[in-house]
Amino acid sequence: MTLTHITITVNDLAETLDVPQNMTLLTMLREKLSLTGTKNGCTAGECGACTVLLNGEPVNSCMVLAAECDGADITTVEGLAREGKLSRVQEAIIKSGGVQCGFCTPGMLISASALLKRDPHPTEDEIRKAIVGNLCRCTGYVRIVDAIKEAAK
Amino acid sequence: MINPHPELPELEYVKPASLVEASRFLKEHDSEARPFAGGTDCFVRMRDGVMKLKYLVDVKGLNGTQDLSFDPKKGLTIGAAVTMNKVADNADVTSHYPLLSQAAGSVASYQLRNRATVIGNICNASPAGDTIGACIAYEGVLNVHGESGMHQVPLSNFFLGPGKTVLKTGDIVVSITLPLPKEGSFGVYKKLGRNIIGDLSIIGVAVLGYPCQESPSGYQFRIVLASVASVPFEAFKAEAVLAKTKITNDVIAEAALAAMESVKPIDDVRGSARYRKYMARNLTRETISEVWAKIGKHG
Repeated sequence: MTLTHITITVNDLAETLDVPQNMTLLTMLREKLSLTGTKNGCTAGECGACTVLLNGEPVNSCMVLAAECDGADITTVEGLAREGKLSRVQEAIIKSGGVQCGFCTPGMLISASALLKRDPHPTEDEIRKAIVGNLCRCTGYVRIVDAIKEAAK
Repeated sequence: MINPHPELPELEYVKPASLVEASRFLKEHDSEARPFAGGTDCFVRMRDGVMKLKYLVDVKGLNGTQDLSFDPKKGLTIGAAVTMNKVADNADVTSHYPLLSQAAGSVASYQLRNRATVIGNICNASPAGDTIGACIAYEGVLNVHGESGMHQVPLSNFFLGPGKTVLKTGDIVVSITLPLPKEGSFGVYKKLGRNIIGDLSIIGVAVLGYPCQESPSGYQFRIVLASVASVPFEAFKAEAVLAKTKITNDVIAEAALAAMESVKPIDDVRGSARYRKYMARNLTRETISEVWAKIGKHG
């Protein structure tokens, strides 16, 4: 199997890795770097559980090859907290009760963080559109939307 | 048991340095290699085992594929690496090509649109391709690099069937050029999915209208329907109805009926052929009406 040598920044740490060419960014994060916060839901770009920031933009990491990411900057859910302090949207989702089984939460937090970065004061409609690609089967979304609204205040 | 999390099959990731090298590689490896931009379509099909490839040839670093530029004389050029979100949010696209902006923004989810590309949408040649109708209505021309260099292919002659195009082995679509839209044009894309947003289309209707002195009605419309035939296609008969006589609600209804009569849908998991046929009529009527409300001189 051919390996590709990549240098990649993950949550502000530079990593140098040899990755198989069919390995996705998702598998690399989970299995090479043990960052298991990013979840594998559907492997088809539908559920959003694997959402991470690639150069600041949210992507489905199951739809990106690790070999493509040479020189890229990645943020996973593990990188949202700073100096041991949870981000506003992380605090808000705990407070609102927007976490039930928790499987969608990492991807949801990444999508929400990206939304608040491009639009610090989104409407409810904009919030709902921003998380179209993050499926949650527990909450019915209401408390998740509440959390993002709260974080945007 | 079905593996719910199939890894991608073994493959080689190829990143050519030039278009010439890329075309040569694709030619030499014929059915085993494919140009690769966002991967949002081919990854799914490779995991399902429907698409079997040995090489993915990344086109995102190639000359011209990162272009997204608007020239008031030449029009808009969109490179093969330009994502749906970049197109949907571009100020020149939203002001001059609103139909394309709406169509690109209607695809799947925000994070998928950060990978999916307009050129990928076109080259996959899905009957349901959301951005294809807009690109046909704006008279898009593909800039293709092949064995003998660059050549152009009008999008209206590009599709042969589901997943089938006129591209030859070694051809790479570098970009699409959409000429400057006609003066006073406006377009609307309407899509019916199983959800309000985020789904593949059960039917998609792209309508572009503009004033036209040569038409007896004073207007010309371009109507392109998706998901109701083997390829997205232009409903010429419906367009003719809107060109021939003063436009009223009855004429719009007649055009929608003509659109319905031109579809050849199939039954699939998203909807029956019969349902699609009636929705083709209803959605076409709604879409034309919205365009007409914006461009028509009423009263």
